[in-house]
Amino acid sequence: MSEKKQDIEEAPFKPSSPTSKLDFRSLWEYDDAPQSADHVEIKDKYGLFIGGKFVEPSKGRYFKTINPSNEEVLSEIAEATQQDVDDAVKAANKAYKKSWSSLSGKERGKYIFRIARLIQERAREFAIIESMDGGKPIRESRDVDIPLAAAHFFYYAGWADKLEYAFPNRTVEALGVAGQIIPWNFPLLMLAWKIAPALACGNTVVLKPAETTSLTALKFAELCQDAGLPEGVVNIVTGAGQTGSQIVNHPDIDKIAFTGSTEVGKIIMKSLAGTDKKYTLELGGKGPNIIFEDAPIDQAVEGIINAIFFNQGHVCCAGSRLLVQEGIADKIIQKLRDRMETLIVGDPLDKNTDIGAINSKQQYEKINEYLEIGVEEGADIFQSSTSIPDKGFYCKPTIFTNVGQSNRVVQEEIFGPVLTIQTFRTPEEGIEKANNTPYGLAGGVWTDKGSKIFKVGSKIRNGVVWANTYNQFDPTSPFGGYKESGMGREGGMHGLQPYVKLS
Amino acid sequence: MEKMSQTLPDFNQTIPIDKVGIEERVAKLNKRSIKKASKVQALKLALSMVDLTTLEGMDTEGKVIQLCQKAKQPHVSHPDIPKVAAVCVYPTMVKVAKEELKGSGIKVASVATAFPSGMTTLEDKLEETQRAVDYGADEVDMVISRGEFLKGNYSYVFDEIAEIKEACGNAHLKVILETGELQTYENIRKASDIAMYAGADFIKTSTGKIQPAATQPVTLVMLEAIRDFYYETDRMVGMKPAGGIRKAKQAIQYLVLVKETLGADWITPKYFRFGASSLANDLLMQIIKQETGVYQSADYFSND
Repeated sequence: MSEKKQDIEEAPFKPSSPTSKLDFRSLWEYDDAPQSADHVEIKDKYGLFIGGKFVEPSKGRYFKTINPSNEEVLSEIAEATQQDVDDAVKAANKAYKKSWSSLSGKERGKYIFRIARLIQERAREFAIIESMDGGKPIRESRDVDIPLAAAHFFYYAGWADKLEYAFPNRTVEALGVAGQIIPWNFPLLMLAWKIAPALACGNTVVLKPAETTSLTALKFAELCQDAGLPEGVVNIVTGAGQTGSQIVNHPDIDKIAFTGSTEVGKIIMKSLAGTDKKYTLELGGKGPNIIFEDAPIDQAVEGIINAIFFNQGHVCCAGSRLLVQEGIADKIIQKLRDRMETLIVGDPLDKNTDIGAINSKQQYEKINEYLEIGVEEGADIFQSSTSIPDKGFYCKPTIFTNVGQSNRVVQEEIFGPVLTIQTFRTPEEGIEKANNTPYGLAGGVWTDKGSKIFKVGSKIRNGVVWANTYNQFDPTSPFGGYKESGMGREGGMHGLQPYVKLS
Repeated sequence: MEKMSQTLPDFNQTIPIDKVGIEERVAKLNKRSIKKASKVQALKLALSMVDLTTLEGMDTEGKVIQLCQKAKQPHVSHPDIPKVAAVCVYPTMVKVAKEELKGSGIKVASVATAFPSGMTTLEDKLEETQRAVDYGADEVDMVISRGEFLKGNYSYVFDEIAEIKEACGNAHLKVILETGELQTYENIRKASDIAMYAGADFIKTSTGKIQPAATQPVTLVMLEAIRDFYYETDRMVGMKPAGGIRKAKQAIQYLVLVKETLGADWITPKYFRFGASSLANDLLMQIIKQETGVYQSADYFSND
């Protein structure tokens, strides 16, 4: 492959990329198309949302949340300590016993439907804040995150009074208080994945958003007030890892739902060993995206782009390992490079931005470290020739070729816009490479042949396998991992099970 | 024809195209937000790419003369607005159009080959093409034999295009695939490849007489075929969506498709055209709106 790669580089070239025959830069450029954020209200300071009210943190400590696209401070967020977590759990317990568990499913459903509608009504506001606080392009927060979050509430609202049909011939009871810890890549969407089924099944919640992206969760707290949700049913405590561990280890919490890194997932599992807490874990991934030579090539290229560059690659189910059948590898790489040239990297609030800002300085440094590792390991690096803003955390879309299974960039989750490309010769080899990882969250298969989709798809040990598409989500579809990618399923009817006691 | 030294692909092999994927890609491209100066630039570019068309049984010299006036001066109070690229007429109207457009730089395009059905013999088609060129057509818009294509007689389709290209001489050949009759994206891709390898200077979606006419997913499939052909042969082939493009907004969406598939080199009337009649007025209306900040009534735009 490395030999053929030379051919690509020797081809006649145009200004935008040293390897492309096409020129995507000159003549007609799009003007800025910024989404106005004037009508969005972000307070200078946010307390903790406990028992239906915003309260000061007991130790009075606050931390700053910044806009990763320009490093400006957006607001100050309360840091919850042990006392605050205790208060939140107490409030959740009280609400569970006093109001929520005695409400009929139909009544609970009414509240959840109301939340769903309020999210829809304020969709634009949520989308803008999500992009400001997290760095994701407004096109994605507007068209994916927020509509899907609302859809999850709508979907689980429908289940609230039908649990006996989800579990026929069983008695269904709520668990009590659910402790939920969510990541920074899809803040409101992950909140919806956690809170909607918990409430539908009759539990109350204590939720901790990630410390870099607390704002939409706090806006959601305001929305719970507006929805008239009984006090204490939803409690939001903000903070970093310490706060999370206080939730995990709290004796009065009955269930832990965590989405985040495999590293933290393992710590949580250790802490929970020997307790009777139920738990679901959605952890990391290193998704294989397998392209056969009989695939629809141009659509596969688009799928590769969508699989790895969606949300700057901050996606646990990202297709970060591209496996291409050898005969079409050069063609795919050339087309991929051309396509990468048209990706617009920049201000998350610009409606034309395809790749926004890296979520935090920490993540930005981690990605850059992996870029260095890849080069040191002898991989060939290609980055698009796009310009990136001077301020803020940005990473150009990147591909590594000339890599193997033994490379760290192939084995470890980078969680950024970085794709590794390997080739395979036979379907068996493709499947073997796809499964040769401790992860098993999601992957893709691209072929025009229906039987191959099922044959290969069923042998890939992943919770989700997409065929001729990637990153499709729907509240009715369960999601979760094999192996070190997690335990349990969220979404769909399967997503109810972790929140109920059956007898 | 000198490019024909390339080995021909096997047209019996089908290049798979995923319908859902191609339509999703178009939907995503349609989300591009074109504002301010880039919008004005796009509107003017689009106007300069219009093949102003009249292809009616009721066409007369009078109609064609008036259309040519419009082509030369789209809006009387704005002489700085670009002229259109070409006027597209039936062969019998070529002489009239040629005379009217003399010295304007605007091309005369003539449909030929028993447009729109193409249901006649190759001899007739060659003769008609020859006549259109003799009358002075700068460009010939031919239709492929869809019946032969759908029968799988690809070599017939190929040879016919190649012979008509020869009959065109120096005139540019646009090959109309009539995508509404080919129906599948895979057929459209295959017909595009056949036309380009047979020597087409442009590939064009539709006659405008069959529904659906031009659509964006069809255009994207054809643009991707042009891109692959360019990588394969180094020859740039032009693209002309025709029929059903009436609004400036649509035209800008098409330009986005071209820009992000083929790049800047194709954003010129030399390689991209709109086959349309009412589009020109909407473009004019939007250009004037951008300049003055207000929409003018349709009565202020000539209806030719």
